[in-house]
Amino acid sequence: MAEIRVPTLGESVTEATIGKWFKQAGDAVAVDEPLVELETDKVTIEVPAPAAGVLSEIAAKDGETVAVGAILGQIKEGTAAAPKAAPVQPAAKAAPAPPAPHTPPRSAPATAKPSEAPLAPSVRRLSAESGIDAATMPGSGKDGRVTKGDMLAAIERAAAQPTPLAAPAAAVQVRAPSPPDDASREERVRMTRLRATIAKRLKDAQNTAAMLTTFNEVDMSHVMALRAQYRDLFEKKHGVKLGFMGFFVRACVQALKEIPAVNAEIDGPDIIYKNYYHLGIAVGTERGLVVPVVRDCDQKSLAEIGKTIADFGRRARDGSLKLEEMQGGTFTITNGGIYGSLMSTPILNAPQSGILGMHKIQERPMVVGGKVEVRPMMYLALSYDHRIVDGREAVTFLVRVKECLEEPARLVLDL
Amino acid sequence: MAYDLIVIGTGPGGYVCAIRGAQLGMKTAVVEKMATFGGTCLNVGCIPSKAMLNASELYEEAAHKFSAMGIKIGKPAVDLAAMLKYKQQGVDGNVKGVDYLFKKNKIEPFIGTGRIIAPGKVEVKAGDGKTQVLETKAIVIATGSDAARLNGIEIDEKRVVSSTGVLELQKVPQKLLIVGAGIIGLELGSVWRRLGAEVTVVEFLDHILPGIDGEVARQFHRMLQKQGLSFKLSSKVTAVDASGKTLKVKVEPASGGTAEMLETDIVLVAIGRVPYTEGLGLEAVGVKKDNRGRVIVDAHFRTNVDGIYAIGDVIAGPMLAHKAEEEGAAVAEILAGKAGHVNYDVIPNVVYTYPEIASVGKSEEELKAAGVAYNVGKFPFTANGRARVNLTTDGFVKILADAKTDRVLGVHILGPDAGNMIGEAAVAMEFGASAEDIARTCHAHPTLTEAIKEAALAVDKRAINL
Repeated sequence: MAEIRVPTLGESVTEATIGKWFKQAGDAVAVDEPLVELETDKVTIEVPAPAAGVLSEIAAKDGETVAVGAILGQIKEGTAAAPKAAPVQPAAKAAPAPPAPHTPPRSAPATAKPSEAPLAPSVRRLSAESGIDAATMPGSGKDGRVTKGDMLAAIERAAAQPTPLAAPAAAVQVRAPSPPDDASREERVRMTRLRATIAKRLKDAQNTAAMLTTFNEVDMSHVMALRAQYRDLFEKKHGVKLGFMGFFVRACVQALKEIPAVNAEIDGPDIIYKNYYHLGIAVGTERGLVVPVVRDCDQKSLAEIGKTIADFGRRARDGSLKLEEMQGGTFTITNGGIYGSLMSTPILNAPQSGILGMHKIQERPMVVGGKVEVRPMMYLALSYDHRIVDGREAVTFLVRVKECLEEPARLVLDL
Repeated sequence: MAYDLIVIGTGPGGYVCAIRGAQLGMKTAVVEKMATFGGTCLNVGCIPSKAMLNASELYEEAAHKFSAMGIKIGKPAVDLAAMLKYKQQGVDGNVKGVDYLFKKNKIEPFIGTGRIIAPGKVEVKAGDGKTQVLETKAIVIATGSDAARLNGIEIDEKRVVSSTGVLELQKVPQKLLIVGAGIIGLELGSVWRRLGAEVTVVEFLDHILPGIDGEVARQFHRMLQKQGLSFKLSSKVTAVDASGKTLKVKVEPASGGTAEMLETDIVLVAIGRVPYTEGLGLEAVGVKKDNRGRVIVDAHFRTNVDGIYAIGDVIAGPMLAHKAEEEGAAVAEILAGKAGHVNYDVIPNVVYTYPEIASVGKSEEELKAAGVAYNVGKFPFTANGRARVNLTTDGFVKILADAKTDRVLGVHILGPDAGNMIGEAAVAMEFGASAEDIARTCHAHPTLTEAIKEAALAVDKRAINL
């Protein structure tokens, strides 16, 4: 009998919701075959089969909340049924057909042992009985050791989790009942964890920051000309399209270097200025918005940035982004333009202090040198936290982004 | 020449502090007023009393237990002079050990009375009246404590004695009256009772061993009565008339009332100890003390005066040698810029009577007062194989564990060798162990420590041998 457990989901993530079982009890499974999809606050991951055999038991059903280390089900080991399993792998939409680029942390509880200290005998027993891996828990004992009390509390938390999640939800449902006629035409759907997290984070950002937005517009004709001129050459050499996003990333880095407050965050009484440039790129997916982070953008070429973003976009859509790829951003770029937005006020990605909104490029009559010309124009929006970014700084930042895009030579000349 | 550290007093707190300081590279000196190192503990306290307890206990065993085990020796006799010599040899050996440790660690000893004349300046006045002034970065006061006195009763250390004098009696008294049923009174009362004295203990409170878990104290009280000690609880001694050949002691009910006169040969005043800071010059340098005369220190053993620290009996907390040792090591580490720390929740406490009492952590009374929900696991030595064959079945082990987390909150042992056994409980508690952790740790058979394991099992109501 092999147990299927919730793997370690990364720092600060202690629980997950069962998204969907790809298999039913009694189905044959091959080793490493994806069995179940788990949704966490940040990512959706697939748990692979730890052994080949027959899925004999499903312990946590779709929609249930489970703690890290909890038992999801059991596999009765044996290869007899395995051959049957392989062809039955359509696994709906979510299972990526191409060789999965993601590396799910298989049997992570067994491998990740941060603490070298031997566990107390009571803790070893409770760990074995409950399936909660003591090695992944913070301990209250000497030198951070996990005590029996810590384990009992963790087990209690894990046991209580399905209910408390339902309980507050029930409390929130204070909405007056709809007229029966309408009620029958309503559909009540539980928010996914990702959706609930997005909702909470966005509202938190609004509640915390002194947020406001400044606007500008950029004439995209130079960037477009540059792109038209080098498109083929660039793609041939680097194997990636020469997109607009890379220019925006570079322009933002240039401006962030000049206005460090936009790249900073507030931590209690302190301001933390970050001398590194990890830019989050918001990507819409059918599950909701995710923001993978392109690290050290100041040290990456346009081609590297382009490649990274393309890879993130692909993996955001198939749900295989890793948690650590969405952490540590210092500034965010969001592009409402892909959906046709002309103007918007983005909400900060807390605790960051700035977010650039890109929009649709639209040809508009512009007055250039006293004459009206048709130019491809884009409105730019910078939402910022007025607590640490002054109006002058915000406007200067946005003007610098505009200048870099209107005269891409500035990016080369570092102006 | 300036030192990094000068420790005043070489008791267990002081000498450990000096050695730890020297280990950490500090240029260290100690000042000791007595002729030998080791303070009260080694010279006139823990060590000599344990020698007398050991000798008298073996004597009692020879007299009463040997025949039951098939050993015939006739009636044993006490040679008190030889016994006192044996005791003194024990003291000398220990005291010389400290001398050796100072040399080994290159600690400079100064014999004389220390006085702090200013922060960083200690004056040492030798026996011949000569003084010298030592300079230092830090001063640690480790001057310990002295026996507390009873109002109007003078201690002459001949017939009215403190714990010091009672260890030097040259003749077994016919009658010994002890004022105070604390640890010192009961230990020394046990010594002289075994050697033949008729012992009466007068205690102000209505129970013996204040601070010890109530159930333990009550059971122990009965055992002592069986051994032949008599008690006058809720009583106070108000006067001692030393004019006659025998002492006449006036004993009154604690709440007042008719006094009675008791005749005795020796009175031992053992009502506790008080911090000893006489002649240290604390008032002159402005070191603050609390209303009980204890030097006030913060969590890092700092007094209110920069560069002056204090540890051990002279500050608040239980007056125990091992508590002073922990503090001595901690303050040396703090002075060396390290993280010195004493866990006051896990300090064992031992009464070296027969049977012994040892405890660590909280008593039931303390837990009740704090409103903590707890489970009790108890196991009697009558059900322990080793205790049975040893004919030492008096007593029990009691473990108190948090009702919710099972964390061990207190361990109380009344029984043979309790003092040696409590170490296990202290280690467990230091690491935040649960009763189950002790229960799941293999204990050797046949040993008395199995009773600890069984008591831990009993917390979960699953003792095996009961």
